[in-house]
Amino acid sequence: MHPHLLSVDDLSRDDIERILGRAESFAEVSGREIKKVPTLRGRTVINLFYEASTRTQSSFELAAKRLSADLITLKAVGSAVDKGESLKDTVQTLSAYDPAAIVIRSPHAGAAGLVARWTSAAVVNAGDGKHEHPTQALLDLYTLKRRAGSLEGVKVWIVGDVLHSRVARSNILAFMRMGCAVTVCGPPTLIPRGIESLGCEVRYTLDELGSADVVYALRMQRERMTGSFVPSLREYAARYQIDGRRLGTNQLLMHPGPVNRGVELAAEVIDSPQALIAEQVESGVVVRMAVLYELLAGRGAPNGVREGAETEPQPA
Amino acid sequence: MSATAAPNGRFAPSTTVELDCAAGPPATVLVRGARLLDPRSGLNGVSDVLVRDGRIAEISATLDAPEGAEVVEAEGLHAFPGFVDPHVHLRTPGREDEEDIDSGTRAAAAGGFCAILAQPNTEPVVDSAPVLRSLRERARSEARIPVGFMAAITVGQEGERLTEMAELADVGAAGFTDDGLPVRSAGVMRQALQYQRLAGRVLALHEEDPSLSAAGVMHEGEMSALLGVAGIPSVSESSMVARDCGLAMYEEGRIHVQHVSARETVEVLERAKAAGCQVSCEATPHHLLLTDEAVRTLDTNMKMNPPLRSDADRRVLIEAVRSGVIDCIATDHAPHAREEKEQPFEVAPMGVTGLETAFAALHTGLVVAGVMDLSLLVERMTAGGAPFGLEVPTLRPGAPANLCLVDLEADWDVGEAGYESRSANCAFAGKRMTGRVRMTIADGRVAYRERSFALGAVA
Repeated sequence: MHPHLLSVDDLSRDDIERILGRAESFAEVSGREIKKVPTLRGRTVINLFYEASTRTQSSFELAAKRLSADLITLKAVGSAVDKGESLKDTVQTLSAYDPAAIVIRSPHAGAAGLVARWTSAAVVNAGDGKHEHPTQALLDLYTLKRRAGSLEGVKVWIVGDVLHSRVARSNILAFMRMGCAVTVCGPPTLIPRGIESLGCEVRYTLDELGSADVVYALRMQRERMTGSFVPSLREYAARYQIDGRRLGTNQLLMHPGPVNRGVELAAEVIDSPQALIAEQVESGVVVRMAVLYELLAGRGAPNGVREGAETEPQPA
Repeated sequence: MSATAAPNGRFAPSTTVELDCAAGPPATVLVRGARLLDPRSGLNGVSDVLVRDGRIAEISATLDAPEGAEVVEAEGLHAFPGFVDPHVHLRTPGREDEEDIDSGTRAAAAGGFCAILAQPNTEPVVDSAPVLRSLRERARSEARIPVGFMAAITVGQEGERLTEMAELADVGAAGFTDDGLPVRSAGVMRQALQYQRLAGRVLALHEEDPSLSAAGVMHEGEMSALLGVAGIPSVSESSMVARDCGLAMYEEGRIHVQHVSARETVEVLERAKAAGCQVSCEATPHHLLLTDEAVRTLDTNMKMNPPLRSDADRRVLIEAVRSGVIDCIATDHAPHAREEKEQPFEVAPMGVTGLETAFAALHTGLVVAGVMDLSLLVERMTAGGAPFGLEVPTLRPGAPANLCLVDLEADWDVGEAGYESRSANCAFAGKRMTGRVRMTIADGRVAYRERSFALGAVA
């Protein structure tokens, strides 16, 4: 496996199977009264969040704590970042604490990749701009696998604002790697040109939604409505909202959260037995434990410089 | 260098375009045994060349060194007419930390260039006579090779009011451009073309429709979809070029399209030229050699505007350079501070340096690769001043001494010994090149000599 988790593309099917299996074993721990294991005792995990996040940040915190790591969470607001410190300087400063892992969320594509160049810690991409969100994809696979059993041949429809969604990109790659057939669907203004090169199908209407085994709805961000991506929330909901009429009883429903009730999802499907939304949140902790475990366990002890860490190119 | 009539004759600059260079005694240099290649004169053979009093004094099979002449033993090297780059950012005034006239012209000379045109998107913008005068004055003490300065089309490059183009032309503007930004209003563009009848000089255009480019930072295509990075569609460029060719024809004006990147743009230009539009255009080495595939790693040295496009675009550009639809090579040398490029791709500034690598990269990627003849490459690299009325460098007795000596066999890694430029944001950093400029003589003076290229014996 790669020394970092920057993109789903870095993961082989075997890597994914191993992470999901590991998450399975942590799920057993989570059922105990004492939910901690000593795996990462004495090692430091830094959460570096340049964007607001509730579930990703809190589940990474819980994951690190349950692995007994020392944890620092830094948010852009209120830190040196706010005072204009560059990402590189921040990362180099934090690296002085010799962290085993840096978990980074950034509004910019490729930020996690840059951090990986500037630190010897293992880097986990917790969302970089509209690029990728690999741990979300992993927890979605984990959740779906638990419910559906095998993922091979499962037909997944990803519906909504694909253009601005890092979840969509990571999930297209992840579902396809596990043998699913992926279709993306949304208004033409919100489907990026060239997305079919990833191997997915593209639809602009929900007419064939019935062929899906799994409907994965994306969050429709209200701020997108102010642009001219869609004429109105009303028209969007009329065409693309997943409601009780459109969702068949044999179909499963997923959503990365937080849900805009009444926009991408109708209330009746959110609370339906087909919805895996609560399980997705629950899976977040064990899957992120598994990711940290796979990246850090068996790897150099604290203070050791990992092999394969890229060194900063010398000034020319 | 002095102005000549533009190729198709209808448009002629009102006054001579003057370039500026630091004064120095003209060199007396005898270059011995180089293979001289000048595609325009048809010269292609081994000869000696004597440079004296700013001119090529003699070309002959064997020449004796006059007293005091430096003798350069150049067996195995090629001598070309000096290259001319119509598109360079010297970052002066305002960002001398990134480049200044001294370092920028040194970088140019190291790339074999004997003349360059500097773009006016500085801080402040070159949009008034006093700024232009002071720049020219500075160049006369700092520039290693002759530099021409372009002035802005609109005040502050804001796209609203025309600059005092007539006065700027009188003070020596080499042309007008809002480079870095398009002239978004068709109405303002039309006025600039009308006013050109008074001011003269060519309007050089950075072409994109901002409403289509929007927040885009790379070519819109499969790679941008994969990366989730906002794209700049090719039609953003081609639609503006179509608009401006239409306006230029209507007003019988003369335009030059900068850094052509998309195949659709080439199609528009080909049609416009066939229809008699007075338009010339340039392409950069990076657009001729790299594609959006290079953006996969989100390397900020692959970020520039216009962006690296698809391989299909690249192939069409090469064909257009071959056919002459694209008139010349320009580097769009755009230095940026290291800390600004060491940011995430979406926030890093656009632009890459290219003066020192232009010939080597194109020689390696096109000539060695068997895609283009050496003489054609030399022709296009020396042609950059012609659209602006500058005399094209040539190897001919009596002509101004502008030439470069190149070792076509030399292999080197870009950046291995640093750069002459103050900035290191080169699109070809770390790449292996074949072909290295050993010496450049610009306007009769030795402007560059590779450090390892030993000083010739003085007779």
